[in-house]
Amino acid sequence: MALQSLDIIRRSATTTPSPGQRKTPEVAKLIDVTKCIGCKACQVACMEWNDTRDRIGTNHGVLDNPVDLTADSWTVMRFAEVVTERGLEWLIRKDGCMHCADPGCLKACPAPGAVVQYASGIVDFHEENCIGCGYCITGCPFNIPRLSPKDSKVYKCTLCSDRVVAGVEPACAKTCPTGAIVFGTKEDMLRHAEERIGELKERGFARAGLYDPKGVGGTHVMYVLHHADKPELYSGLPKDPAIGPAVELWKGAAKPLAALGLALVGAGAFFHYVTKGPNEVSGEIEKEFDDEK
Amino acid sequence: MKNDPKRILRYTPIERANHWLSALTFILLALSGLAFFHPAFYPLTQLFGGGVWARILHPFIGVVMALSFGIMFFHYRRDNGITAADREWLGHVREMVDGDDRNMPEAGKFNGGQKLLFWLLVASMVLLILSGIVIWRAYFTFLFPAWIIRLSSVVHAVAATVMIALIIFHIYAAIWTRESMDAMLYGWVRRAWAKQHHPAWFRQITGGDR
Repeated sequence: MALQSLDIIRRSATTTPSPGQRKTPEVAKLIDVTKCIGCKACQVACMEWNDTRDRIGTNHGVLDNPVDLTADSWTVMRFAEVVTERGLEWLIRKDGCMHCADPGCLKACPAPGAVVQYASGIVDFHEENCIGCGYCITGCPFNIPRLSPKDSKVYKCTLCSDRVVAGVEPACAKTCPTGAIVFGTKEDMLRHAEERIGELKERGFARAGLYDPKGVGGTHVMYVLHHADKPELYSGLPKDPAIGPAVELWKGAAKPLAALGLALVGAGAFFHYVTKGPNEVSGEIEKEFDDEK
Repeated sequence: MKNDPKRILRYTPIERANHWLSALTFILLALSGLAFFHPAFYPLTQLFGGGVWARILHPFIGVVMALSFGIMFFHYRRDNGITAADREWLGHVREMVDGDDRNMPEAGKFNGGQKLLFWLLVASMVLLILSGIVIWRAYFTFLFPAWIIRLSSVVHAVAATVMIALIIFHIYAAIWTRESMDAMLYGWVRRAWAKQHHPAWFRQITGGDR
């Protein structure tokens, strides 16, 4: 989404400060997985608000529909049947962008301003700057962005940045019939999560907890999980997500070091020439072949 | 210039054309690749019609270079076998860099430094081709798991940096060694040049000292 915004804290592929005069509170969406009934109203609300229409897919014999995120489906419910100490459990997780405080997509993106992070913590794609390289997909620890086959731009959940900027909650939170999705300042959401986790623990979910992974600096979409010790149970939610060492090297230390290294090679060559002079045919050999001149 | 008895043919027209095809595609690849590597170089995408065009063109130019470079590899690989004399040449490389070639062992068609460069370029190119296929998002990336894509992104960047450094070195060596640019541009070299820089090759071609 393109917004004329003055509350940007980070832009992709930009080495100078971003327009960030406005201060807005840090927000978060809290998804209480223990309250989710898997109705997919959030998926519908998302498509409705954002005017995306995914193509009609095929039934894969499971409730997941569509089976994966696409450039049109920015959120999907993932249904996992797992056996835990409590017996068979149906764990339903609303998947989508986590809006990391330290976003791997933004770090990897080579196009200036194609990925931005607002003071609110929302990580947004500005598709008009996107070049379609897919580096953000490579950089994302949660495998979220999707390249559109239609226009070769990447799309993902915007956390309804266009709604939030006007002071209303994201479409999914607005529509959720059980209150499993709530939205507010990150501080409020942390407090709300704490209360919920307390309730869950009282009701026998001893391992209930918050998913706000520190490896990516915390996220602006958080989960309350009944099995917070085993997030992988929830259709492969990573236990300790982080921007991997390969991406850190590629888009971290390597960039300035390589640029400096190349400059040094060029400068080395130039100064070699002006200090040592050219490598010419010696006078003696030239004399041997005088007839050539 | 045709069949000039006083000059020696060093590179045939086909060899020259192919070398410069590789050179041209390499420069285009380096410019567009650097644009994606560091924001300071991003304006280079304008040379290609903007970021999206640079992203689209880069891998196709890469295919052309891979073919051209591949032909060079098969053509020159036998000339670039590293011998004991080449190892000795490399052992004396500091003197050469200092501009003192008195103790340098006699070089054949290519000297030890050129041969080492050849193999380093081949290694870089192999890494660039393999990792480049993996990160060609439009056609191939979906075939690979995330960790291979991440690894390939780093390998591509590192191999490209090494290759750009090697080519800067290669271009400089050609400028530094007078008349070698002419050899690759026009094909023919003076006998004095050949005897000075590639004495073993000179004898092999002329069958003597002149």
